[in-house]
Amino acid sequence: MTTVDVTPETGGKKDSPINPRRRVYRPNAKYIPILATLALLVIMYSAGVANYENFGQPSVIVNLFRDNAVLLVVTVGMTFVILTGGIDLSVGAVISMTTTLTATLLQGGWPPFVVLVLVLLLGSLIGAGQGAVIHYFKVEPFIATLAGLFLARGIALFINQSSIPIRDETWKAISEYRIPLADGVVTKPVAIIAIITVLIAAAVLAWTRFGRNVYAIGGSADSALLMGLPVARTRIAVYTLSGFCAALGGVLFSINSTSGWALQGNGLELDAIAACVIGGVLLTGGSGYVFGALLGVLVTGLIQTIIIFQGDLNAAWTRIIVGVLLFAFIVLQRLVTRKVK
Amino acid sequence: MTILKNRLFWPAAILVVLLVVNAFTSNQFVTVRDGHLFGSLIDILRGSAPLVLVALGMTLVIATGGIDLSVGSVMAISGAVACLLISDLGDQNSVGSVLLIMLAAIGVSLLAGLWNGALVAIIGIQPIIATLILMVAGRGIAQLITDGQIINVQSGPYATIATGFFLAIPVAFLIAVAAVVLITLLTRRTALGLLLESVGGSPTASRLAGIRAKRITVMVYVVSGAFAGLAGLIYSANIKSADSISAGNLIELDAILAVVIGGTALIGGRFSIAGTVLGAVLIQALGVTVVAIGVPSDLTLLFKAIVVVALCLSQSPEFRAKVFGRFKTRTEAIA
Amino acid sequence: MGEQSPVLEMTGIRKVFPGVVALDGVDFRLFPGEVHALMGENGAGKSTLIKVLTGVYTIDGGEVRLGGEVVRINGPLQAQQAGISTVYQEVNLCTNLSVAENIFIGREPRKFGRIQWGLMRKRAAELLARLDLDIDVSAPLNTYSLAIQQMVAIARAVDISARVLILDEPTSSLDASEVEQLFAVMRRLKADGVAILFVSHFLDQIYEVSDRLTVLRNGQLIGEFKTEDLPQVRLVEKMIGKELAALESLEDKAQRTRERTAGAEPVLQAKELGRTGAIAPFDLTIHAGEVVGLAGLLGSGRTELARLLFGADKPDSGELRLEGKQVNLRDPQVAMKRGIAFSSENRRTEGIIGELSVRENIILALQASRGWTRPIPRRKQDEIVDKYIKALQIRPADPERQVRNLSGGNQQKVLLARWLITEPRLLIIDEPTRGIDVGAKAEIQKLVAELSDGGMAVLFVSAELEEVLRLSHKIAVLRDRRLVEELENTPDVDADRIMQTIASGANP
Repeated sequence: MTTVDVTPETGGKKDSPINPRRRVYRPNAKYIPILATLALLVIMYSAGVANYENFGQPSVIVNLFRDNAVLLVVTVGMTFVILTGGIDLSVGAVISMTTTLTATLLQGGWPPFVVLVLVLLLGSLIGAGQGAVIHYFKVEPFIATLAGLFLARGIALFINQSSIPIRDETWKAISEYRIPLADGVVTKPVAIIAIITVLIAAAVLAWTRFGRNVYAIGGSADSALLMGLPVARTRIAVYTLSGFCAALGGVLFSINSTSGWALQGNGLELDAIAACVIGGVLLTGGSGYVFGALLGVLVTGLIQTIIIFQGDLNAAWTRIIVGVLLFAFIVLQRLVTRKVK
Repeated sequence: MTILKNRLFWPAAILVVLLVVNAFTSNQFVTVRDGHLFGSLIDILRGSAPLVLVALGMTLVIATGGIDLSVGSVMAISGAVACLLISDLGDQNSVGSVLLIMLAAIGVSLLAGLWNGALVAIIGIQPIIATLILMVAGRGIAQLITDGQIINVQSGPYATIATGFFLAIPVAFLIAVAAVVLITLLTRRTALGLLLESVGGSPTASRLAGIRAKRITVMVYVVSGAFAGLAGLIYSANIKSADSISAGNLIELDAILAVVIGGTALIGGRFSIAGTVLGAVLIQALGVTVVAIGVPSDLTLLFKAIVVVALCLSQSPEFRAKVFGRFKTRTEAIA
Repeated sequence: MGEQSPVLEMTGIRKVFPGVVALDGVDFRLFPGEVHALMGENGAGKSTLIKVLTGVYTIDGGEVRLGGEVVRINGPLQAQQAGISTVYQEVNLCTNLSVAENIFIGREPRKFGRIQWGLMRKRAAELLARLDLDIDVSAPLNTYSLAIQQMVAIARAVDISARVLILDEPTSSLDASEVEQLFAVMRRLKADGVAILFVSHFLDQIYEVSDRLTVLRNGQLIGEFKTEDLPQVRLVEKMIGKELAALESLEDKAQRTRERTAGAEPVLQAKELGRTGAIAPFDLTIHAGEVVGLAGLLGSGRTELARLLFGADKPDSGELRLEGKQVNLRDPQVAMKRGIAFSSENRRTEGIIGELSVRENIILALQASRGWTRPIPRRKQDEIVDKYIKALQIRPADPERQVRNLSGGNQQKVLLARWLITEPRLLIIDEPTRGIDVGAKAEIQKLVAELSDGGMAVLFVSAELEEVLRLSHKIAVLRDRRLVEELENTPDVDADRIMQTIASGANP
């Protein structure tokens, strides 16, 4: 049978590269959302400085990291999960479980270090369990981590339903410790821990095989499997990491508030997802950076700061503005990805 | 064997067990008091009304391959609008005014659904993200409407939709039944169900088969919004106030869970209304039963987690294959 | 070559699925430095054999020897480590990652655990240069054409293990020059001693590039042959195992007579209709009872033209008349209401709804045109569906079976049934016979001929010139997204004549 797939006389010079005209590459396309977020951050900050007295003080920026340390750590874990194309709804609940458990154990006189290791392990374990269910039993991440949410919050409520104060010396010492940065500018250890977490995560994603496998799975899990990548290990590791980050966030939370309560961290998963989206991490997976997620957290934090500075605004505006920003960034991403295609 | 393989077998079995437990532990399962039906069964049926409503809308949305995360926020908005307007009424017991106000609140919810639908169908944003916007912003809007306060109302007609009785049967339950009948007729007596399943199964192929998927998609989000609004009214009528923080909090998760328990896959396509109703009633029955057997109500979550895990695993072919070899899937591609 | 020992030897391979013996005692040998074609109809066991080789399936009997040693392959990763790499039709790479990463992922050069990006890009560029490919390796793969993505997949496969390379229908989505480029790469690898297992539906390609071929039928080995010793007709015979009766009876109808359409009304007239970037403005007229064939290379604008006529894409110039009246086809539904039907070339993604039943798939278009408020009564549905299952011989004849469980040919028939029940005046079918077995192919061709005899206008798009020549009254030839020639299918028009136009574009 003759098919029309014959070589046209004019085409096919054998030594030329294939179809050079098809080489359409816009190197900047994938950075557009992140640059937009950065620009927004700068504009918001400038507007704040222009409108409010004292907004320009370094402490405003320093405090941004301090006040959002928990969200930052959780968002880092969430970024890994979203990059693989998944989602983790359990992080807020893991925080509440961690703070409740930490406070209870410390109250019971357990050594602080043992408590720390234990809660971090438990968070990771819940994450690993979710990852295993998602990978091996092909349960939707949405549903599996929803079960994790119920489980972790259920455990928290089971332990104690009211707020438990933390009187442990170590915890109090860390909570009250101040790190001087410059004249009159101090920060808390939680901020430093959050920043270190971001740096480590960024390095892991950019420079390790594990990090690249995360992107590969987000691009196409089936392909990743056929290319011989350790999909099972990576996927479970990602949820484990998110569980770990959530537990770490819970520890930071308990340090900040020197208490444990089952309602702490309620709804934080939403804030983390929103921060990822605003920071240009595609919810479909495979595209985005930890640095972007950091910017996303800073944007939401800055909105709150501005509302506090304004003084007479209803706190409800935070949610509305975050919603509007979500809308704006989603539409922007939509336009950018459409162009690349 | 075939009964065991039915996806609804296990949810139905669990529901029956829960009801039996209830019948034994609660002193009144079904009784008649003052000419009205009372008892824990009635509590379950009445209490599940908001969830059934929200889950019905969610079923249609999920059938098109979408998801609606904003239902909880829409509930809060609808309750806030209704309570704000009712509290301004000279006579809060005026049936006509209250009805009008409820229609207005549902109208607002409908607009919320339209917004979601437009984002998904016209701008082409992934449903989970598109509805995330209203999920985040909506509760803020509700808080703005109530100015951060909890608005209390003292309206007899309004309370009726949650706690009233009609012919001895709870009104909320009747509303839910009416909604189920309406949706069933709407999808199975017309071709809407087929077109929904087609769009959920393959949007591109559906378009080329001449289906106007955009219209259908917008429609399901509007239905979902309207039903969430109605659920919000029942919720706020039940507590006689608008509480924009806790109204419909996490109900999107329960609703999605109900849909999944009911055998509708999250990727869209085939859907089962009966399954969704079963799922919603099951979730409600679980909550009621946990309390009935004397466990603190906060622990419902723990039980819910166990049920979710058990159900999801029982519906996962991979799990079945690994645990019970005889359930081996027969659909392996033969090339 | 015959003196060498095979790098891969499979003997007595047996693979059973519930109810079906997919492979029954199949032998297969692959020598270093040869291109070996694996031939067979759909369902012959080609894919199963490949999946056994790549470790997706475990075998129920027989043994696989690699380099003389018995191996058990338990997964794609193991297959790769053993030296067997596969490149599939749908490129299995991560298109969001860069070209360099796609080649090296999982094997990135590292120093103290840190990926050495610079070294990786350099090595990737060198590797691709060996395949005559000069592209920016740091760009994401999704910015390149499918052909380049395939080359990258091959580069990866070859770099991992240079012993056995499986190419599973790599040419299906490539245009002619890309195919040539692929063949050049294959020849180069062959010279390097790589053993290549090649699967393709295009017989010409098989004869152009392969040294030997193995034919499977119904899960059994028919034989292994030197390509040059086996004429095409004999090969087809061995593949389908029956005389080409059905095909030949159609052959008699070749060069179909024109008289019947002479006085017929034009159903569709396109004037200067075009869409930037898709197809240059063209004129085309289709009469009732006429089959117009669209010929041209993949990417020549065949599908784009067809989509414009159905309103699947919007034209940005020109006008379209249906039975004399000017129309604006805003979307497919408008086109359908005007009596146009369109069956896409992408059966799986743009045709069937896999999860729905045969019945639902068949009534879908008719239902869509009636709108959701006017459902087709169930009894009427059953009536229509039964009629078409019988008329088109859809197998299995079970209207409630999920359509995804049907074979490609039967899925195609379901799609045809979907459109036929809308009683269109113009039927546009894009590649209806691609990737389906020879028997079903003949049936579909016969059906098209009958429909046109019954007065339906048909626009028939196909990559196979013989098919176009056999069925069409008139042939429109496309080249580089332009309709370059329209010719009556008179007896002196043959494949060479059309190929000339495709190749030169000149209007003689």
